[in-house]
Amino acid sequence: MVQFRLPPNSKIQKGKRYASPIKGQRMKLFQVYRFDPDTKDNPRWDTYEVNLDECGPMVLDALIKIKNEVDTTLTFRRSCREGICGSCAMNIDGTNTLACIKAIEDCRGDLKITPLPHLYVIKDLVPDLNFAYAQYASIQPWLQSDTPPPPDKERPQSQEEREKLDGLWDCILCFCCTTSCPSYWWSGDRYLGPATLLQSYRWIVDSRDDATGKRLDELEDPFKLYRCHTIMNCTNTCPKNLNPAKAIGEIKKKIAERVG
Amino acid sequence: MTFEAELHAAQGLGSAKSGLRHWLVQRITAALLIPLGVWFVLFFILLLTAPFDVAYGWLSSPWTASLSILFIISSFYHGYLGMQVIWEDYVSRETLKWALILGTKLLSIVAALLAIVSILKIFIS
Repeated sequence: MVQFRLPPNSKIQKGKRYASPIKGQRMKLFQVYRFDPDTKDNPRWDTYEVNLDECGPMVLDALIKIKNEVDTTLTFRRSCREGICGSCAMNIDGTNTLACIKAIEDCRGDLKITPLPHLYVIKDLVPDLNFAYAQYASIQPWLQSDTPPPPDKERPQSQEEREKLDGLWDCILCFCCTTSCPSYWWSGDRYLGPATLLQSYRWIVDSRDDATGKRLDELEDPFKLYRCHTIMNCTNTCPKNLNPAKAIGEIKKKIAERVG
Repeated sequence: MTFEAELHAAQGLGSAKSGLRHWLVQRITAALLIPLGVWFVLFFILLLTAPFDVAYGWLSSPWTASLSILFIISSFYHGYLGMQVIWEDYVSRETLKWALILGTKLLSIVAALLAIVSILKIFIS
C-alpha cells in the first residue's frame, strides 16, 4: 500500500568517504547506498572517489574496482557483464537499469546508486526479489499444449508466428520495469507488475501454446492486471528497450475481444 | 512469523475474473466526455448570460435535455470509477477503503439522479 515517507529505520544517513589511492585526470564521485543487516544501523550513503583513467567504461566496472581496491564489503549482484543475465539491475542516477551496460560517461555530476526501489534490501545493492519471482511463477511461464508434438521433430512455427514473440522473448527478468512502477510500489502484493505481465503475454501470443483462454482468465482481475494505469515508467526504464506497457495493453485488448 | 510459501502469497485468492467492465466503461465514458464536455461548457456559458425564459426554453428541447442527461451519466460514472481506483490504490485499511468506495458510489448515484430529475422536471413542465 501507499507510503509517502520512508520508515524511520530506512532513512539514509551520511556515511564514510573513501579517497582514490591514485589520483588521475578524470576523477568521479560515486555515492552508493549501503545497508548492513548485521547491525541495527540505518542505511547510509558512502562516497567513493574513482579514478576513471584506470577504470572500465561502465558503472559495473567502477563498482568492481571499488570492491577490489577500496572496500571489499560492498555487496552487489553481477554475472555476465553484458546485459544478458539481469543480475546487476539497480537504480543508477535515478533510473533503474543494468550497471553493466550503463556508461559512466552518460551520468553527469556525482553518480548515485541505490538498490531497485521499493523492495526489501538484503544487503547494500542486493534487493529481495523472491516475491517477484513467485509472481512470475504464478503465471505458469512454460509451454502448455494439449496438442501432441510431431514424433520426429520440434513443434513447427511459421516465420510470422515466431515474429510475434520478438520484443517479448528478449526480456531478461531483471525487474527494472516492475520496480519502477508506482502501481507496483503501492499494490505489489496483488498487482503482477510489468515484467511478469510481459512474460505472460509472451505465452498468450505463442502459436504453440493451447492455454491462451486459461491464461487470460487468470489475468482478468482488478489487481493482477488492471492495476496498470499506463504510467509508462516500465517502457521508459527498460534497459533492453522493450515495451512492457504495450504488452499489457495487448492483454487488455485480448480480454476485451472475448466479449465482442 | 509466517511459513507461507511465496508462491501461495503471490497467487492470493486467485483471479476475480472481472475488471474488463470497469476498464471498458472508463474508456467509453472518457471518449464520450470529450465532445459532451466541450458542448456542456459552451452551453453553460450561454446559459449564464441568457434571460431566464430563454434558458428555460433551451432545457425544454429534447436534444439539450437528452445531451445534458447523457453528460451527467457519463461524468458521474467516470468520476466514480476514477475515485474507486484512487481509494483502492491509496487507502490501506480495508474497512475504510470499502466505506469510501461505497460512499462515493452512493453519493454519485444520488447526485446524478438529482441532476437528471431536475432536468426532466424542466423538460416536462
